[in-house]
Order: sequence, then C-alpha cells, then structure tokens
Amino acid sequence: MPVFDLAKTPLREFNAALHSVGNGDNDTAFEVLNPRGSHALAVGIDQPLSVDVRGSVGYYCAGMNDGGAVTVHGSAGPGVAENMMTGTVTIEGDASQYAGATGRGGLLVIKGNAASRCGISMKGIDIVVHGNIGHMSAFMAQSGHLVVLGDAGEALGDSLYEAKLFVRGEVKSLGADCVEKEMRPEHIEVLAGLLEKAGADAKPEEFKRYGSARTLYNFNIDNADAY
Amino acid sequence: MSYHNPHTPPRKSATFDDYTLAEIRRAAATGIYDIRGAGAKRKVPHFDDLLFLGASISRYPLEGYRERCDTSVTLGTRFAKKPIELKIPITIAGMSFGALSGPAKEALGRGATIAGTSTTTGDGGMTNEERGHSEKLVYQYLPSRYGMNPTDLRRADAIEVVVGQGAKPGGGGMLLGQKISDRVAEMRTLPKGIDQRSACRHPDWTGPDDLEIKILELREITNWEKPIYIKVGGARPYYDTALAVKAGADCVVLDGMQGGTAATQDVFIENVGMPTLACVRPAVQALQDLGMHREVQLIVSGGIRSGADVAKALALGADAVAIGTAALVALGDNDPHLEAEYQKLGTTAGAYDDWHEGRDPAGITTQDPVLAARVDPVAAGRRLANYLKVMTLEAQTIARACGHNRLANLEPEDLCALTMEAAAMAKVPLAGTDWYPGKAGF
Repeated sequence: MPVFDLAKTPLREFNAALHSVGNGDNDTAFEVLNPRGSHALAVGIDQPLSVDVRGSVGYYCAGMNDGGAVTVHGSAGPGVAENMMTGTVTIEGDASQYAGATGRGGLLVIKGNAASRCGISMKGIDIVVHGNIGHMSAFMAQSGHLVVLGDAGEALGDSLYEAKLFVRGEVKSLGADCVEKEMRPEHIEVLAGLLEKAGADAKPEEFKRYGSARTLYNFNIDNADAY
Repeated sequence: MSYHNPHTPPRKSATFDDYTLAEIRRAAATGIYDIRGAGAKRKVPHFDDLLFLGASISRYPLEGYRERCDTSVTLGTRFAKKPIELKIPITIAGMSFGALSGPAKEALGRGATIAGTSTTTGDGGMTNEERGHSEKLVYQYLPSRYGMNPTDLRRADAIEVVVGQGAKPGGGGMLLGQKISDRVAEMRTLPKGIDQRSACRHPDWTGPDDLEIKILELREITNWEKPIYIKVGGARPYYDTALAVKAGADCVVLDGMQGGTAATQDVFIENVGMPTLACVRPAVQALQDLGMHREVQLIVSGGIRSGADVAKALALGADAVAIGTAALVALGDNDPHLEAEYQKLGTTAGAYDDWHEGRDPAGITTQDPVLAARVDPVAAGRRLANYLKVMTLEAQTIARACGHNRLANLEPEDLCALTMEAAAMAKVPLAGTDWYPGKAGF
C-alpha cells in the first residue's frame, strides 16, 4: 500500500500519484499520514481506488471524486466531496459547510455533524449524516437524497427542486417551497438501503420525508412574497 | 384686427418620456418587471469617445500592406503548464447551450477556430458538438455548476471561474421553462419545462480566501495544466482585479455593463454596473500596482463591436477582448431580412431582445428545433470568422498608423478623448489638451 506522509511529501505529488493510477494497476489502496488540514486533498480521483486519510482535512477533500472510496479518519473542512460523480466518501468526524455541494452521484457519509448548507445544489448525490446538519441545508437541491439522523437547522430545503430529504430529528424550520410529504413504501425502501450502506443504526419508519411543493417551479408574480 | 392668444404646443416631459410612460403602463397591467436579453441599451461613455492620434513627426508609422503587425496573444502564462496561444486577441465570450441553440454554439466554435481564437461554454455545461468544433475551448465554472464534471474540466483548454458578468454584477440568471428542452433539462439535472435558476453566488466558497483554495482544487484536478480565468462584472474593477490576482488567477475577464445576458431584469441591466470604458484603467492600475500587468492577462468585454474598439481596449492596457452580442449578430441575430417575423413578435430587427422566450426567428437564442434548424453552423461560422478577420485587420490598420508592429504595443499615449467623461474614465487627455480630470498637478 503506497503511504504518503504529507509532513514530508507535497500535496501535488500525492494527487498526481492518484491521477496516475490506470485500469488494472495493482496499487490502488493509498494511505495518507499527517494531512494537517490540507486543502484539495484526494481531488479528481477517476479510478476505483481507496484512500485512507489519518487525520483531519481542509477544504474540498475528495472534490469531484469519480469512483474512489475515500475515508477521512478525522474531520473535514468546507466542501468535502463537492461535485462528486461516483464513489464513496466517509468522514469519521464532523464536516464543515457545503458538504456534498452540487454532488451528482455517489455516497457521502458523515459520521458526526455537518455544518450549514449541507447538500447545497446537490444534483444526484446521496448524503447520510449521522448527527445534525446546519441551516440552509439542501438549498436549491436538485436531485438525490439527504438523510439526517439528528436534527436540521433553519430553512431546510429552501427553493428545493427534486431532491428527497429524510430527517429523523427535529427540523427547526423549512425553507421556501419545502414541505413535509407522505412517506410511502418506496421511500422506506430507498431510505433503508441508504441507512444500511452508511452503517447507520436507525429505522426508516422513524424519519419524516420532505420535498418540494413545486409552487415556485415557474415564476409567478403572485408568489413574489416567497422569494 | 383681432388678436388670438397663442397656444403653447404640447410638451412632453423629459423625465416621463414616451418609453417611461409605456413601461409604467406595462408594469401596471402585468404586475411583473420586464425581463430581456442583451446588455445595457442606454447611452454611456464608450470607446466611441476616444480617438487615436496616429503617427506624426514624433511617431513613425508602418506601411499598411507590407510591414508586419503581430496580432497573437498568449493567455495563462502565470501558472498554467499549457497556456493558450491565440492568433488574434479577440475571443468569444461565454454563452450557454440552453440560452443558445446547438447549431449556434457549433457556429461559434467553427468561426472561432477558423480565426484562430477561443470560444467559451456557458451556464449549462459543455456539449460534444461545441468541444468538437472548437480548437480552443474555455470551460466556465459557474455558481449553478450545471453540467459540471471532471471529464469536461480536463478536456477544456482553460477554465473560467465566473464571479459575475457586466449585465448583472451581483445577479444570477433564470432560464425560463419554455427554453428547457429534454436535452437542456438532462444536462442541468432538472425536470423539463421548469424555470432554471442560476445562482448569484457559488455554493461552496464565499470570498477571495476561499476562491484561492477553490482555484487550488481546480488546478490539482487538472494537473496544473489549464489557465484559470476569473470573470468579474464591471463593478469595482480595481479591487476585483487585485483580489483575482491574489486568489491566483492566470487571467482576469472584465465585463462592462454593455455586455449581454440571456435573460435578466431590464432594471438590473440598465442600472447596475459600470460602463466598460470606466473599468479598464482601474483594472490595469491594479495589475500594475501588483507588478502583474502582462503577467496576468486582462480580457475586456462589453460592447466590443469593431477593430477600433479592440485597438482602444488594448491601448488602455487589455491583453485581449471578448465578444458576445457582436458574435451573435455576425451569426445572423437581429438581421433585417427577418423583419416581417420580428414585426409579428411586436418588435423590429435591431431591437429584438426577448431572447429568454425562445422564439428567435434567427434560430440563435432558442431551443425550438424548427427555428434552430435555420442556423447553418458552417455558413454562420464562416460569417463569424469573416467578422473576426475584419476586426483584426481594422485593429492592425490603426496600430500600424500609430507606429506599432504588434497590437499589444498599443498604449494610452496613442489616444485622446472627445469628452471630459471619457478623459476621466480612460485617463487619456482631452483632445487638444494635455489634461484629463483627476490628473495630478492641475
């Protein structure tokens, strides 16, 4: 297993090593020591490789991940797994703002809490947060699933499109055009699968589902007060 | 002899003119503000208010048809491993597939490629047609991140982080539902037929310190190969340019208020932002103050129409310009031969700006397949290439007359201003004087 100690090795060298992995290569499991809050760590992965980061990371860890399995054995700064395409990113600790922003696919698991704007503008990613999430989460979320085992802050799902939100705890307030919706069997099934994949000990029936009321989908002057 | 008191003729208010009255009535009738495309239509100080001085005893001109005048420019020399080398300093500005039809985007790529310059994606992602027909393609990184993916990021020739645009600095955008075809909807990961909001802020960074880290991420993903531009609207050009440099930009794209948009509120277009002319010198000053002039290239856009405009922008310190509206006109937008159809839409050729409605008779700002088919990408691309060639020849003509063997050698000393406003904005002397407002010592 290639091991990169970022106390001794430049970030560029590590990311370049990830990008040099090709189809059929044997060394596909990487370990990072002393990440020391590095930004842009393990970004742009485009192969099914694994990365274990022993410590906390800065901004945009695993950004635009496409096929990698990245585990941060610590906490993550803003924008973790932003614009992820496919793969899995797991944060053992907490995540800062914009976790999973604009993600298009894959699974982001945050074992701790996530700060504000978790899942902002998400476009197909699945996000499971074992703890709580901050305000304005899932703002303008277009597609995918956001699962929260704890509580959600203010203005959840503001200006939501077609993303589906599941929250087990309390929601401080819903944003514009976000409403509670019926939890049907198909939602229970999807949620159960996500909880299992995320290693979350919770029952789907304990969650409430939130989604778009779709009243703001086409501009109407009569809705001006909602903007 | 009888005497009749003379009547004063009817007098309309300069403040409440016919256009203003009509807009009040329209607002009262509909309850909604006016949304339109294009840039500011009000008259503002512009490059027309500057003149070149030409050669004289103190300046030695070059022979127009014999002596070479280099037009090439290299963009992205600061950090990128693979800077972009262009044959001409006129690029095609970002315009989205969605706002524009597929054939129109293809034509832009074809025309730019023939001319040896770059074209730019827009808020909607990169299409294969556009990539395939564009030798040099700049990939915009926008707040909405519609269509954003690492594969396209890597197959781009440069990345343009869009912070703002001149038509609406501080504003987002809205692609109305009637332009959302199946393909546009799929590229933007949204249902067909709903309005697609383009956010005014990026979702995962908020300031120059964050932007620096975002640029680091983009460079790491693309192996530090791609030039990274930062595009700003003409609002606070000195500070925005300085902060873009601080954040690590290879190029700054500065878009004045005459720059176009696909759809924004008229009140925004006409009342927010600064004229292009007023933006250039502060941006150049910022680059000079940081020792980065020519190290970080400046691309100016917003109302560039001719080779004279190109030459004036370069003389004020820009390295290149970008055109949008003018390129669409070259493709066939607002052409008088479509007058009958414009009349049916309640407008006239030259004034059509309801680009958001998707009913463009020219087939350019539409997703209607029947209308879009009116654009022949090959012929339209050829027209654009012709236009770019003419602009280049015009700029060369002026540069030679000023004694320069490179367009990049044009300088403020080649210019004078026709108005006090232009003199103040461009910091070149009022014609016939050696003075401009604000110049020290006067």
